Amino acid sequence: MAVRIVHSPMRLTVSVSGEIDHHNAAVIRYETDEAIQSSLAPCVRIDFGDVTFMDSSGIGFVMGRYRIVDSYGGCVEVVNLKERIFSMMKLAGLDKYVTLRKKEKGKKNETNK
Amino acid sequence: MKPINEMKLKFESRSVNEAFGRSAVAAFAAQLDPNIEEISDIKTAVSEAVTNCIVHAYKDTVGTIYIWTSLYADGLVRIRIRDYGCGIENISQAMEPLFTTLGGERAGLGFAVMEGFCDKVRVRSKVGKGTVVTLEKRIKGRDSDD
Ligand SMILES: Nc1ncnc2c1ncn2[C@@H]1O[C@H](COP(=O)(O)OP(=O)(O)OP(=O)(O)O)[C@@H](O)[C@H]1O
Ligand SMILES: [Mg+2]
Repeated sequence: MAVRIVHSPMRLTVSVSGEIDHHNAAVIRYETDEAIQSSLAPCVRIDFGDVTFMDSSGIGFVMGRYRIVDSYGGCVEVVNLKERIFSMMKLAGLDKYVTLRKKEKGKKNETNK
Repeated sequence: MKPINEMKLKFESRSVNEAFGRSAVAAFAAQLDPNIEEISDIKTAVSEAVTNCIVHAYKDTVGTIYIWTSLYADGLVRIRIRDYGCGIENISQAMEPLFTTLGGERAGLGFAVMEGFCDKVRVRSKVGKGTVVTLEKRIKGRDSDD
């Protein structure tokens, strides 16, 4: 379970890997929120490319980050979603609040520009 | 119908055991030769039920979580998850999507996810006595298309 953070002027990228359940969400949330607090970038990109499992705790995690970022007028995008996780987020209605992007086949994670 | 195989698990309601609970059930059900999607469905549904025991049933205490898994010759997996925690006052309300008594980071989607990934979800509960969640899933197997 790891969280990788990349800062750039306009975008904070948080790459999550491993399994997101209620237990792991605590650490992921802590590290993500630390990065959000220390960044002035208006956009937060959460990269799910290396997430191997997610239950409803993952939905709560994205929703919680949206609430924080939205409070200062920023935006959240969740990228590199595997089919299964994408449809869970869609079913939960997350696409009303954040941008959801599926994993593109054969493509490595987008570079953070 | 008699099951062809059964297993019983008993573990403490510590969040670190969430991964153990779902992986153990999935490993046992692997005998029915499920495809990857079906394994993920079982893992996700069990994860929801076990997490509910930890965050709701035994809120600020550590209790015992019991899981019984039965496998049937026709591909049926029946998983019962039981706790001796606080119980649920209104089951149909609890099962409604987005309903949660915790707020914060809980989405209120646990039961919706269980219902989405299983063929049948049943809940019995008594306030102060605990809750039993029964999940049923029919495994079509690796030979099937989805
Ligand atoms: N084992 C249980 N013991 C006591 N109450 C429970 C139990 N399982 C569920 N509940 C009650 O049912 C409600 C709905 O459960 P559900 O799993 O759908 O949502 P949640 O746990 O609140 O949020 P999420 O699962 O999305 O993190 C819970 O908020 C809780 O009040
Ligand atoms: Mg839940």
